[in-house]
Amino acid sequence: MSTSRHMSDADLNAYVDGELDDVSRTELEAWLATHPEDAARVEVYRQQNKGLQDLFGAAIDEPVPEKMLDLVKNPRPAKSAGRPAWMQTAAAAALLLAGSAGGWSLRGLQDAPQIAATPTYVERAAGAYTVYAAEVARPVEITADREDFLVAWLSKRLGNPLKAPNLNSLGYELVGGRLLEDSGKPAAQFMYENSAKTRVTVYVLTYEGKDTSFKFSDTSGISVFYWIDKPFAYALAADLPRQQLEEISRLVYENISR
Amino acid sequence: MDKQQAIIDEIPGLRRFARGLSGNRELADDLVQDCLERALAGLGTWQENTNMRAWLFTILRNLYFNQLRALSRRPNEISYDEHQELMSGTQPTQMDALMVRDLESALNQLPYKHREVVLLVGLEGMNYKDAAEVLGVPTGTVMSRLSRGREMLKNLMDNDNHNGRRSDKPPLRSVK
Repeated sequence: MSTSRHMSDADLNAYVDGELDDVSRTELEAWLATHPEDAARVEVYRQQNKGLQDLFGAAIDEPVPEKMLDLVKNPRPAKSAGRPAWMQTAAAAALLLAGSAGGWSLRGLQDAPQIAATPTYVERAAGAYTVYAAEVARPVEITADREDFLVAWLSKRLGNPLKAPNLNSLGYELVGGRLLEDSGKPAAQFMYENSAKTRVTVYVLTYEGKDTSFKFSDTSGISVFYWIDKPFAYALAADLPRQQLEEISRLVYENISR
Repeated sequence: MDKQQAIIDEIPGLRRFARGLSGNRELADDLVQDCLERALAGLGTWQENTNMRAWLFTILRNLYFNQLRALSRRPNEISYDEHQELMSGTQPTQMDALMVRDLESALNQLPYKHREVVLLVGLEGMNYKDAAEVLGVPTGTVMSRLSRGREMLKNLMDNDNHNGRRSDKPPLRSVK
């Protein structure tokens, strides 16, 4: 019996991987019955899978090491578990010095009376997050597969060498970036996304002013951590609780100043 | 507590995938340990009712990728020979041992982006949708990389045989 359409590589793979529905599977099996070369390829792919199990599958039957179980069952306080490396870096020390006597105590800083009104770029960053993070088809101008080009291009437009922070360790991958306008000056937006499709943006512009430590704003309904680290001002925006965004902003800071 | 158990349930698979990626038991377990630390530190960002398995595999994969990048920036850190040595040490059980070695060597020759998808789907039995989530690419990309990866594996192993190396062994497809 012959089937109505030609089976592609994708069909053969999907068959091996159990991704076909009943109808397609029946159709494909009929095809294999009359196309021995494709049947042989299916067999090769199955043998590859079996070989991979032979190579690495023992891990499934071995007891989980105590060290791993212990880590999950008795997680250490976040301070020692999650963020040790950067706390020890010179960069962190520099940030603490740049901050006020409150050091890393963000709440203390925010409540301090001398803090000026939120700079306009923070609102811009929140606005740009609202507009572009919701964008499905084209959230960025240049995608992450051209990261080098993206960074070079934005650096040129901003007039200073930029870095796209690497947030992989928190599960956020670079989606890409775009050039924006902020009060007549160029600004850059890098967008990140985690597996849960939560998006975070890092907004950067060249800024005159003294270095500041982290400040928090959610006046526009979007959480924003912002700081100045010359020659740039940064604003990290996301629709996330403050605590989660704080963790990301530390990573951004660590990354950029490295 | 439920979240913790959900993480523990994924550890065997994470260890297997990490062995496939790194080719070495100790490196793999270090990778899993790091992955668990990251996961616990970031558990707050994990959203209920999303895919815990895909989330954990994403973290592990990204950690490995970062390590690779770090190594490639400092290429002298691990020499080729050392790398080969690190890659050995697995114990084939069912398939013919040499055949499995061929597969292992072929796997090591695959470009990273093909290797990881072959491992996620072929070794871990992950469906295309989850694999796409882990790799951060569309499902169509998973399918094309998988198809290409398997074809490359096949050709690499066929070539080994055609070149007379281990010519006493039949090609993989005839192994029962």
